[in-house]
Amino acid sequence: MSRIAEAFKDGKAFIPFITCGDPDIETTKAAVRAMAENGADMIELGIPFSDPTAEGPVIQGANVRALSGGITTDRVFDMVRELRKDVRIPLLFMTYANVVYSYGTEKFLSNCRDSGIDGLILPDVPFEEKEDFAPICDKYGVELISFIAPTSENRIAMIAREAKGFIYVVSSLGVTGVRSEIKTDLASIVELIKQNTDVPCAIGFGISTPEQAAKMGSISDGVIIGSAIIRYLEKYGKDAPGHIGEYVKSIKDALG
Amino acid sequence: MSNEKGRFGAHGGQYIPETLMNAVIELEKAYDHFKDDPEFRQELSTLFNEYAGRPSRLYYAEKMTKDLGGAKIYLKREDLNHTGSHKINNVLGQALLAKKMGKTRLIAETGAGQHGVATATAAALMGMECVVFMGEEDTKRQALNVYRMRLLGSEVIPVKSGTATLKDAVSEAMREWTSRISDTHYCLGSVMGPHPFPTIVRDFQAVISSEIKQQMKEKEGRLPDAVIACVGGGSNAMGSFYHFIEDKEVQLIGCEAAGRGIDGFETAATINTGRPGIFHGMKSYFCQDEYGQIAPVYSISAGLDYPGIGPEHAWLHDTGRAQYVPVTDDEAVDAFEYLSRTEGIIPAIESAHAVAHAVKIAPAMDKDKLIVITISGRGDKDCAAIARYRGEDIHE
Repeated sequence: MSRIAEAFKDGKAFIPFITCGDPDIETTKAAVRAMAENGADMIELGIPFSDPTAEGPVIQGANVRALSGGITTDRVFDMVRELRKDVRIPLLFMTYANVVYSYGTEKFLSNCRDSGIDGLILPDVPFEEKEDFAPICDKYGVELISFIAPTSENRIAMIAREAKGFIYVVSSLGVTGVRSEIKTDLASIVELIKQNTDVPCAIGFGISTPEQAAKMGSISDGVIIGSAIIRYLEKYGKDAPGHIGEYVKSIKDALG
Repeated sequence: MSNEKGRFGAHGGQYIPETLMNAVIELEKAYDHFKDDPEFRQELSTLFNEYAGRPSRLYYAEKMTKDLGGAKIYLKREDLNHTGSHKINNVLGQALLAKKMGKTRLIAETGAGQHGVATATAAALMGMECVVFMGEEDTKRQALNVYRMRLLGSEVIPVKSGTATLKDAVSEAMREWTSRISDTHYCLGSVMGPHPFPTIVRDFQAVISSEIKQQMKEKEGRLPDAVIACVGGGSNAMGSFYHFIEDKEVQLIGCEAAGRGIDGFETAATINTGRPGIFHGMKSYFCQDEYGQIAPVYSISAGLDYPGIGPEHAWLHDTGRAQYVPVTDDEAVDAFEYLSRTEGIIPAIESAHAVAHAVKIAPAMDKDKLIVITISGRGDKDCAAIARYRGEDIHE
């Protein structure tokens, strides 16, 4: 069993997201440690991209702050190497196809393996285009995460059968960001996925409150939260890690 | 040219969120059905001829030819189309297709505003709702077009993210499409984005080269020696080149916006300064830094101010079939003024990039050589900006 799949073994998994280098690397490191100490089961590390087309305004803002702070892909790898001295939970990169492709897909994934990255999430790489990345991910033991969206319908079985690590179930139409209500019939989507694979399902997009997390957790194997965490960085900057730790604990407690 | 996954050599593809995959698959199926449907072809042809004013003229620029003293120059007058540019060709096609698909709402990105105006026009004509995303910077540079879109009943949303120009407008339109798919068609304005857009837009714009071929045969009894067009995303160039791709003796030249020069950072010349990447749904060439961050490009022309190029152009470049040359702001402004004075035709500043290159190469060519320059749009929208460039402040 992969390290990612194992993280789903003890109850519902909580997967927080953070943009690396927002506002600086030291804050990201402190936040990652705070999340790990407060019950995060794995962490999505966003490598900033100039034009994050799947993100809403909150994470777009984090990308802008991080890039203007001088973050680069190489500095993110250095940060992961250092975090790996004491952070044991699975770490995944979330970024855009061009960040990987432009760096050199082979070199990027070789660095992922060497620095201790377990998985890769690319929101602009659908099933049809994964051949550019999947074989190289396999070669370096990094799991390429598949997305299933409310619009996937007839595509669910095809995607689920080849999924690795976990399946990222997109809760709603649109981009990332906090939503007051999630209307998609996610239970039937998850059920359809389960008919086709044993890979765990985590729901993301729009979740922010412990109540929402508990509800989404009840119909899946875990929840992903991004924008709600980035809001602490937006508000508190370098002082955000303490607040993020408390928030992570509240979500993890709600997931039970 | 493209295989079933929308590849042009290594370029193209569908690099988009899973949320949009069924939408592009549905679009591809609908297009494959309607493109050969006699009723659809007839309706589109009527719209082209009766509404947009096609075929556009192929005009012999006699004064310019004599002045330059070399090759004989023809202008393909897409500026005379309804709404003032080639953009209407693609928009009428896509709006008609969207309507057949049961969509009631069009969204679009726009740079100079020409595609936005064309989309707003088609939406008004066909009774559809329309929302146009435009970089805030461009809404200032092209205030008149913002007014035109609103006049036509469209909503214009200024995009403040990133560089607040065309690429950010594309990103925002894609985000909007992800959040509202069932009733909405994304009317993409150039031969770019995920498959099937590069193919659909090219096919609707290919009427340009099909007419040039016919008109050239009537006027000169042969094919031209060179076809020159400006390239941002590349729709008027792709339309101008398409039916000549197999005619190897016809030189195809795309003119990129070099901005303040390709040696610096203030440029938008993608083939000349970019490298392969994946962005806005496609694999192609992009202006980017060593880590793949998309470059904040610059050109005086809002319509060419884009860090990428359509995948079929990338392929025409790779195979050497077309040539892509840089043209600076200065050269384009000179050409804008030159064509206005010499032929009494004010070209769009985008099209002026193509005119500038013709001015460079025509004098050295033999008098029996034939050049076609596509004048992709009219320049009225640019007068205030060019006046400012020359240090004159006029009120629109």
